[in-house]
Amino acid sequence: MLDFVTEHLPALQVVVPLIAAPVILLYQKEAFAWGWALLTTWTTFALSGLLVHEVFSQEFISYDLGGWAPPLGIEYRVDAANALVIAIVAGIAALVTTYARKSIQAEVQGRNQPFFYVLLLLCVSGLIGVAITGDAFNLFVFLEISSLSTYTMVALGGRRDRRAYTAAIRYLITGTIGATFYVIGVGLLYMVTGTLNMADLAVSIAGMDNNTTVQAAFAFIVIGLGLKVAIFPLHLWLPNAYTYAPSVVTIFLAATSTKVAVYALMRFLFTVFGIRFDFELDSLAFLFLPLAIMGMFIPSIVAAFQVDVKRLLAYSSVAQIGYMLLGISLATSASLTATSIHLFNHALMKAALFMALGAVMLRLKSTIIDDLAGIGKTMPWTTAGFALGGLSLIGVPLTVGFVSKWLLIQASFASQQPWLAGLIVVSSLIAVVYVWRVVEVAYFSPVPEGRVRQEAPLSMLIPMWVLVAANIYFGIDTDITIRLASLAAEALLGGAP
Amino acid sequence: MNHHLVLRVVTKILVPVILLFGLYVQFHGDYGPGGGFQAGVIFAAGIILYGLVFGLDAAKQVAPPLIVQRLMAFGVLLYAGVGVVTLALGENYLDYDILHPDLEHHTGQHYGILAVELGVGITVATVMMLLFYGFAGRNFDIKDEDW
Amino acid sequence: MSAEFIIGHYNYWIIVILMMAGLYVVLARGNLVKKLVGLNVFQTSVFLLYITIGKVHGGTAPIEIKGAYDVVYSNPLPHVLILTAIVVGVSTLAVGLALVVRVRETYGTIEEDELVEADLVAEFGEAGKT
Repeated sequence: MLDFVTEHLPALQVVVPLIAAPVILLYQKEAFAWGWALLTTWTTFALSGLLVHEVFSQEFISYDLGGWAPPLGIEYRVDAANALVIAIVAGIAALVTTYARKSIQAEVQGRNQPFFYVLLLLCVSGLIGVAITGDAFNLFVFLEISSLSTYTMVALGGRRDRRAYTAAIRYLITGTIGATFYVIGVGLLYMVTGTLNMADLAVSIAGMDNNTTVQAAFAFIVIGLGLKVAIFPLHLWLPNAYTYAPSVVTIFLAATSTKVAVYALMRFLFTVFGIRFDFELDSLAFLFLPLAIMGMFIPSIVAAFQVDVKRLLAYSSVAQIGYMLLGISLATSASLTATSIHLFNHALMKAALFMALGAVMLRLKSTIIDDLAGIGKTMPWTTAGFALGGLSLIGVPLTVGFVSKWLLIQASFASQQPWLAGLIVVSSLIAVVYVWRVVEVAYFSPVPEGRVRQEAPLSMLIPMWVLVAANIYFGIDTDITIRLASLAAEALLGGAP
Repeated sequence: MNHHLVLRVVTKILVPVILLFGLYVQFHGDYGPGGGFQAGVIFAAGIILYGLVFGLDAAKQVAPPLIVQRLMAFGVLLYAGVGVVTLALGENYLDYDILHPDLEHHTGQHYGILAVELGVGITVATVMMLLFYGFAGRNFDIKDEDW
Repeated sequence: MSAEFIIGHYNYWIIVILMMAGLYVVLARGNLVKKLVGLNVFQTSVFLLYITIGKVHGGTAPIEIKGAYDVVYSNPLPHVLILTAIVVGVSTLAVGLALVVRVRETYGTIEEDELVEADLVAEFGEAGKT
């Protein structure tokens, strides 16, 4: 049995959630839907664990879908970089589903609750598909599977606040433009090379530096994926979508969807086009680096002025993408290790923070900062979790946030750009400001009269504290994560054999 | 719509032909142009035409939304199920060759694509119908709680 | 640019014009339905781009002709890809229109500027009015 699973691991990874999703449509009961989704996401997580285990022992796994050999057929190709992203998606999905039930019951209207789990499973399948596939067009299809389910999940928040609908439709328009740009880019590459397999593309376009079609394809793909990543000036869809989506959806999106897009961007930048592509080196140095620095500062400053904590954290997510982009723009093995590990670490901290906010939303029906007065006394465990997650977001030693920032600072010294290290430290100080605003209100404002101690249910506290513990554990024992991240960086850079 | 005699008569003549043509495109798909996507849309167009002329309620009697919704899930499961069968028989996901021992004529491919396209056809047709029901059945100013 | 070059690449001109027109409508129009129409035109231009790639000079439809060996077939792969992209486009349009219906039901309008104003008023009270 285990041999069978190991042999077909890449296919099962995508197919299990994909098959599980329509089953819920056949029997639309909320309890069944939740239980079924729980079973599926934990199975997917177990599979992803096996996948990580496999890539530690061999360089990459290749799976021919339908028995058609690449480059003609669709190839699922897993190396350390994909395995890391898949583990993030599957792990967060499992914890989010465990957490989801009470929150969804409170925030989504009754007859839509089973559909939420259908959408969640489809989204998981799509995101894992984006990460796992080695085929450029197949990536687009999975990207749209995940995006379409995301738009709908965001709109589920419309019962609480009608702005969820406008947020969803703006996200849909931006996201579709991004995806279409990506398809145009892939079409142009296909025009030049006649192949869609990423490894094969990398071989074919090597040495085509001055081919204007390849350069145009590069621009289209980078902008298209940049819209999905929410690179700083292309991030306008993100704050509203995160703010008005149901809490559970926000947790899942913040922790996974931009990470997968960052992975896809790195895959194209470093494996397909490769750093020997002159045009790319210029755009990394003169476009990505300034955008990364602006992205680290401007959204952080905006975050410090927000009144809705959910929106505050959404802007902070945009700022964190700035750090990932900084690692990408330096384009060294060390900086890509930092970016890869930050994908993982940021998923841990943002999921923990948004889970705490979801618990607050369940009890207080609001995430406006003034309404949070005194929750340090009425919801002590939730607030403590939020505070620890916030410390990790700032990058205090012994948390995962410190690990990623430390690696990023090391990478900037190694690239002879020590001034970047200073900027990283200064931008972290802005994070202190916005995290402190929340902590101050939570712990030092008096409890409003008539509010009794009312902690969140255990089903929500446990997944949250698992993540908080992971924030600290992986901040101290960095062995596994750094090893996986540096393998991922090597796989991305060395990519095409 | 009662007084549009010509429309009603023409629709009554056309709908069976459209449905039949949909099935033709479906099952002729592996010999010539056609297949599940096109067939599903044509088939759904027949039902939608019926709904446009005779009203949404009449169309819902022909194809009840509850059944249509279940069929939608069934179509996807049929497609993915073929893949699971090939896995269970010991080949890669969706490798149809294992479905039949006659490798020279690729009979397995034939069977596989037939089942997969049927799944696609069912799903596309039902999704189109559900979209029609969803948009046509939506009146303004009805609160969600009134459903 | 000779006239021959311009006429010889007429399909690319059509693609570029459609692409830009679609994108312009998405950006410039305030009505959400018109935005979605623009988005669809934009996507359609990409379908044409792919179909152009699939064209082989003198190629016939890619259905095997038994016994003939010197037949040139068109490349069927872009067509298949675009069939998938069409389905994605239809799904996107359906989700988009469903959202527009919801927006219309909750806001009573689908004009972008009125939606923005309604949101500002909701957030800042009367001060948000422009």
